Amino acid sequence: MSQQRDNTMQPSRRRFLQVLAGTAGALVVGIRMAEAADLPVPPSFLGDTLYGLGAYVRIDADGNVIIGARDPDTGTGTATAVPRIIADELDADWSRVSVVPMGLGVEDDNGKPRWIYGHQTSGLGDSIPAAWADLRQIGATARWLLLQAAAPRLGVPSDRLRCEAGHVIAPDGRKLGYGELAEAAAKVAPPTSPVPLKTPDRYTLIGQPAGDVDARAIVTGQAVYALDSYASDTLVAVLSHCPWIDGSVESLDVTDATSVKGVVKVIQLKPEAGIALGQTVRAPAVAVIAENTWAALQGRAKLKLKWKAGTQSENSAWFEQQATDLVNDKNAAPTTRVRNDGDVDAAGKKAARRVEATYVQPWLAHATAEPMNCLVRVDKDGATLVVPTQAPQQAWQVVQRLTGLSPSQITINVPRVGGGYGRRFDHDYVAEAVMLAKEVDKPVKLMWTRDEDLAQDYYRSACVHKFSATLDGKRQVVTWNQRMASASALAQRGLPDNRLWVSEVDAHQLPAGLVPNLRNDWYGLPSVMPRGFARGMPHVSNAFAVESFVDEIAHSLKEDPLVTRLRMIGEPRQIPLRNDRVLDTGRLANVLKLVADRIEWKNWLRTVNGLGIACWYVDGAYVAHAIETSLQGDRLNIERVVCAVDVGRVINPAGLEGQVIGATLDALSNALNLQITYKDSQVQQHNWKDYPLASMAQLPDTTEVIIVPGDGNPAGASFLGMPSAAPALANAVFRVSAVRVRRLPLLKEMLRML
Amino acid sequence: MAHAQDQILTPNPTGTIVPEKIREGIDLEINGRSYRHTGDDQMPLLWYLRDVLRLTGTKYSGEHGEGGYDLVLVDGKLASATSLPMLHVAGKSVTTVEGLAGADGKLHPLQQAFIDENAIGCGYCTPGWLMASLDLLNRHPQPSDNEIDQLPNLCRCGCQTRVRRAIKRVANGARA
Repeated sequence: MSQQRDNTMQPSRRRFLQVLAGTAGALVVGIRMAEAADLPVPPSFLGDTLYGLGAYVRIDADGNVIIGARDPDTGTGTATAVPRIIADELDADWSRVSVVPMGLGVEDDNGKPRWIYGHQTSGLGDSIPAAWADLRQIGATARWLLLQAAAPRLGVPSDRLRCEAGHVIAPDGRKLGYGELAEAAAKVAPPTSPVPLKTPDRYTLIGQPAGDVDARAIVTGQAVYALDSYASDTLVAVLSHCPWIDGSVESLDVTDATSVKGVVKVIQLKPEAGIALGQTVRAPAVAVIAENTWAALQGRAKLKLKWKAGTQSENSAWFEQQATDLVNDKNAAPTTRVRNDGDVDAAGKKAARRVEATYVQPWLAHATAEPMNCLVRVDKDGATLVVPTQAPQQAWQVVQRLTGLSPSQITINVPRVGGGYGRRFDHDYVAEAVMLAKEVDKPVKLMWTRDEDLAQDYYRSACVHKFSATLDGKRQVVTWNQRMASASALAQRGLPDNRLWVSEVDAHQLPAGLVPNLRNDWYGLPSVMPRGFARGMPHVSNAFAVESFVDEIAHSLKEDPLVTRLRMIGEPRQIPLRNDRVLDTGRLANVLKLVADRIEWKNWLRTVNGLGIACWYVDGAYVAHAIETSLQGDRLNIERVVCAVDVGRVINPAGLEGQVIGATLDALSNALNLQITYKDSQVQQHNWKDYPLASMAQLPDTTEVIIVPGDGNPAGASFLGMPSAAPALANAVFRVSAVRVRRLPLLKEMLRML
Repeated sequence: MAHAQDQILTPNPTGTIVPEKIREGIDLEINGRSYRHTGDDQMPLLWYLRDVLRLTGTKYSGEHGEGGYDLVLVDGKLASATSLPMLHVAGKSVTTVEGLAGADGKLHPLQQAFIDENAIGCGYCTPGWLMASLDLLNRHPQPSDNEIDQLPNLCRCGCQTRVRRAIKRVANGARA
């Protein structure tokens, strides 16, 4: 192994690119933090054993290219899109590229962790924006080095050479493959300043559709998820959790359980005192550890276990009443006044028209396909884990606290993840697995069963929105007053009270900027139910309420709701928001018009089917849905769904389309059927029958996606297809049935009101 | 050093030979290969596939297989691997997602159609969709939308409309 220590350059204040020579004539280009030690690249990366890759590109002497995917891919397609951003700058031949999921990039900084790969999360819609900012330079630098190596060989100055599909090509057509150049390129002194990035007209992969890099492995059953991982001599653990988060074991007899062949041990687990939610065991639990899953399941079934109830008894119906009372109490002071533009009270007095409505949305679970699980081996000098996580750095914190190991002694591998939706930002299951592994001195594979997964979640809080808007004689919305009550997902996590609103409401959400007098008040409620990050939070719940209410305003005006929306949006202009983002009203109006045209909105008044429309803005991206519904008796059919998205530059249109279709159907499924209820603090839903994700029959036969081309920096699309889907559906249901659904789940409410 | 003669083993036993018990087991065929299970005959097929054979394409679904992540074909019929004790698959022929592609690695047309239609979210439920779709196409080579609606699978990533397109792509290919 050789390493050229001076081969670094500084593209930003704290990040360095690094060029290294791997074994067997490979060129390796990576990224590291400025404070990194001399050897920031895992040694394995430099050798022929290719695991533990980082945000690196490796070009082998045979021309094969390996690119590390740093963000966990929970099905959102980042393991395809992000490497293609690097590969495009490299002018790689995509058919020669292999993508390898990286584990957590961490090294020792005097006992503290130093994250060496930068961004490593999934599900917040920022993987592609982050990669756009820092990973293109890796591909560009590798390409620059290959050009310098090729120039003397071809006898042509490097600025007269071009690169294409893994080759450097001279003006006369002679060409050299990247593999032939890799060894020489690794010895070239790297550039002293960042090399120029490609101009968009030269993109070859960015903007072109590509299939998922894992597709073949998935359809052949070869894709290995964390739950499919085994270490030699692994013991399997399944758990029985206390249905009360603050309950305890009343009695436990393990005689029958331990007599099951293969059962090794029964261990009790408890939440550690003083540790934030999501970083330790969620509720008291009894773990059955066995030689295989079947033995563990049988052992669990034979536990003679009685739980003692906790001290707090709460019902979901009671919670909902508290939230409703709060938004209706004119004297209640908000926990946080999130936004206050103009003067709502003064301007509202002169109103020609006032519209009010209240919306109620239920508790929701994450319902990931792959249940919580974790494979862990803990030795005195190291821990190795396979974790299905959306945030490996946070998983690391849990492992470190429980083992006391130093940063470089902890290895966290993250294979493709079977759905995240926000559940895997909490690492209670990692804490459980580590605690068990320490007790048995063998690798432990922890698996939550489905009933535990649904009933032991960190839920999306129920929420109640109350709106009051006033309009002037010219049909302009003059004041907008939103009062929302919920239990914050950020409570019990060490944040100050004045930050708890952040998970519940967006300070810049529509119609901010469009209405001169706008107030947005959030009322926080305590709850015994643990909450956590939910997919699309806080946009999904707010978009349903806001975009339903805009329809109600249109209805009070006896007006086409598209006309009302376009008037509210107004002329194309740029409205400044936070973090140098702007709301571009032209782009927002455009996605609305696109879905309206496609679904033939001009028939809105005449058709017997119901047409509904809605739009939303999420951090630089724009989305609109138009949905057509019909009613046969009391059976609701979703006849047609059209969605338009504008994310700026599109990296992988096929991936974006899939992500938007998927998010749309997820949002419809949530809105149609789903709710978590609890009585005496115990969750009532335990399996898919209780928590019925929408069946094929309930969902539309097709989902049409319109992608607006753009040239701005790419925005994320992780959950972009969600926010406007449910309100468009509810608005369509109103047209077809005259039922205004102000309470989800929609089907139950529609049937009640019909 | 011992004499060479001491190392010669006597071929004939001095007493009566006690015959070994016949090692009983459950014979079955999985993806065209023969297996014998000698453990607990109540072990569900799912855990035999996953924990014993490490054929992990068939996924854990729920206590009773609800959700459809654990679907396999048993003698050509769709079945939940969670709900089938090994005793019940004795002598049967099981096809899992690993058995769909040809021995040469050539993908089954349905697998190719799932890739072509990008009918994949996180991918965890995909093997179950493939097995259920294959069963549907075996019974109805040109399935109607209503017949496709009956598929038992659940998916939170929202691959349903794309699975429908993939099934129709195969059905149309068969017709062409």
